[in-house]
Amino acid sequence: MPAELLLLLASPLAGGLVLALLGHRRYAAELNAAFSALTFAASAALVARVVAEGPFDTLERQFFVDSLNVFLVALTAFVGMTTALFSRPYMRIEREHGRVSEGGMRLFHSMYQLFSFTMLLVLTTNNLGVMWVAMEAATLTTVLLVALYRTHASLEAAWKYFILCGVGIAQALLGTILVYFAAEKILGAGVGALLWTQLDSVKGQLEPSVMAIAFVFLMVGYGTKVGLVPLHNWLPDAHAEGPTPVSAVLSGLLLNVALYALIRFKVLTDGALERPFASGLMMGFGLLSVTVGALFLSRQRDIKRMFAYSSVEHMGLITFAFGLGGPVASFAGLLHMTMHSLTKSAIFFAVGHATQKAGTQVMAEIRGLIRLSPTVGWGLTLGTVAILGLPPFGVFASEFLILTQTIARAPWAAPILLVSLGISFAAIFGKLQPMVFGEPSVSRLPHRPALLPVFAHLLLVLMFGLYMPPYLAGWYRQAALLIG
Amino acid sequence: MLQHYGQQLINLLAAVMLLLAFAMLAQRRIISLINLFAAQGFTLVLSTALVAWLTGQHHLYGSALLTLALKVVALPWILHRLIRRLNVKWDIETLINIPTTMLIGIVLVILAFNLAQPISLLAGTVTKATLGIALACVLLSFLMMITRSKAVPQVIGFLAMENGLFFAATGAVYGMPMVIEFGIALDVLVGMLILGIFFFRIRERFDSLDTRHLEKLRDH
Repeated sequence: MPAELLLLLASPLAGGLVLALLGHRRYAAELNAAFSALTFAASAALVARVVAEGPFDTLERQFFVDSLNVFLVALTAFVGMTTALFSRPYMRIEREHGRVSEGGMRLFHSMYQLFSFTMLLVLTTNNLGVMWVAMEAATLTTVLLVALYRTHASLEAAWKYFILCGVGIAQALLGTILVYFAAEKILGAGVGALLWTQLDSVKGQLEPSVMAIAFVFLMVGYGTKVGLVPLHNWLPDAHAEGPTPVSAVLSGLLLNVALYALIRFKVLTDGALERPFASGLMMGFGLLSVTVGALFLSRQRDIKRMFAYSSVEHMGLITFAFGLGGPVASFAGLLHMTMHSLTKSAIFFAVGHATQKAGTQVMAEIRGLIRLSPTVGWGLTLGTVAILGLPPFGVFASEFLILTQTIARAPWAAPILLVSLGISFAAIFGKLQPMVFGEPSVSRLPHRPALLPVFAHLLLVLMFGLYMPPYLAGWYRQAALLIG
Repeated sequence: MLQHYGQQLINLLAAVMLLLAFAMLAQRRIISLINLFAAQGFTLVLSTALVAWLTGQHHLYGSALLTLALKVVALPWILHRLIRRLNVKWDIETLINIPTTMLIGIVLVILAFNLAQPISLLAGTVTKATLGIALACVLLSFLMMITRSKAVPQVIGFLAMENGLFFAATGAVYGMPMVIEFGIALDVLVGMLILGIFFFRIRERFDSLDTRHLEKLRDH
């Protein structure tokens, strides 16, 4: 096993164990950030290795890294690191406001690292069974984090999250069993029949009827975690009631990782069926999520709930793009995945400090951010402008690509997408304006807010919008070809 | 000859699984519900061991042992302790009355058999006839989760669903590779412990384990 991969998985796992013991100490937040930084360094080294030597598998093919998952590994480790930096002052302020106990801090730090570990395991494993186990573990590590504040609402949100994702993930297990059933006929019983690379090489021979039923179960199962309508009910609650760093990693990372699992199965199913069954299903679910997400935006009063619905909308858009398929649409989907994850976590960082200043998450009571704290105000404004898809930010580029592909290849869907994007623009922008401008109602914070991550993310998004380095573009193109 | 009787016995055990799933759907007392869950787990152990013996798939013995340890001993024990510590009221209120639930259950069984038909035809296992029943168990547990308003029965429904899935795995493919089963078992156990912590928190907040208290969050 290459040292980079080993370190990538060992660092968050060790972090989870160490912080389970030391997570309540004063330096725990720095320790947390250090472990995340180490993980990011390992991911950077892994990227360098894949760029230099191409895709590889290791440990009797149990782990597999190609351009598709290495890009998500880097993204996950990067956002994991910046979120750890953000949570350093954020969680300290929460502790001083008395919202989190000492045990709560320990739980937060330990679970944060374990959550990173489960996500990286989903991304790097080649074994579809292990993928399922790690995905379930990702739910388990975040359930207690959502309930961290122990309020009525947070307990309810965590319960809903556990039950809905638990049921969903059980459907995914059934789907995985069915895929194994189809593969066993060709590859023989044993672990080999669950390895994605093996399945990929014989996908044309897999029994089509079984793969079709399996994909329906997988779509429902992993789709619940992606937050696709109508399985999205847990998502706004979990985002609104959990601590903000958790909202940032849920939106920015977990949804992506679940979608990654779905993409891997889509490749197999499309290969087996020779008709776009899986793609059609993804397009349908994606379109529904975009529409419903946009329509629910204007009804929200809670700022984190509103941005959670925006995540539903964007995940729908990405799912739709992958469903549409082809090199350009898949490229746009991957790009949008990156852009959404960077922008949305930046927004949640800014929102976190804004709500701490205002002492509430109700949008009507947050006023005049820019007057008292220009950096928080501008961070929120720029982040929102970016997520709404205005040029010159990178979200514009990816949305534009998706739209042009839609017009060219599925013209019937284009008006639906355009109207939904218009509605969400009006809804979010209308609510943002009085919060940022208007008469101030916010107070000062006991610690300096961490806004470096916000602007670092936005700068990256801006860079992608203005100029995409050719090697990055080539890399995305290569990953898009794997999806097909 | 032996093969023939063995197959008959597996079908009989499958029928017992289905019967227990219906019994759980109709059961109002939490203690009896846990016992029924343990009984269903035990039936699963018997049928898995029998399949292992008939087909010579030795890794299934491991799977049966794992189920025995987890679903027949550990989880019912944890659940019994939990409800004793939490002092939960015995009677369960259901959201839909029991006869209606049973009728919906019958419809689900028919649906499950239809869904399993094409897969059963492809399966080369001695247990292929049980696939429909396994799917029916999954759907019935799902129904139970929906119709119950208390937290403990919802969790038992969730665990019973896992039973149905394991049964489906033995029926269609002689079980998943052992490593995966270990992983799944670990997840279930950890999930159970987390839920234990969670129950106490719900109870200390609401003084009851009725999840209908958990219906305040909504979009405005």
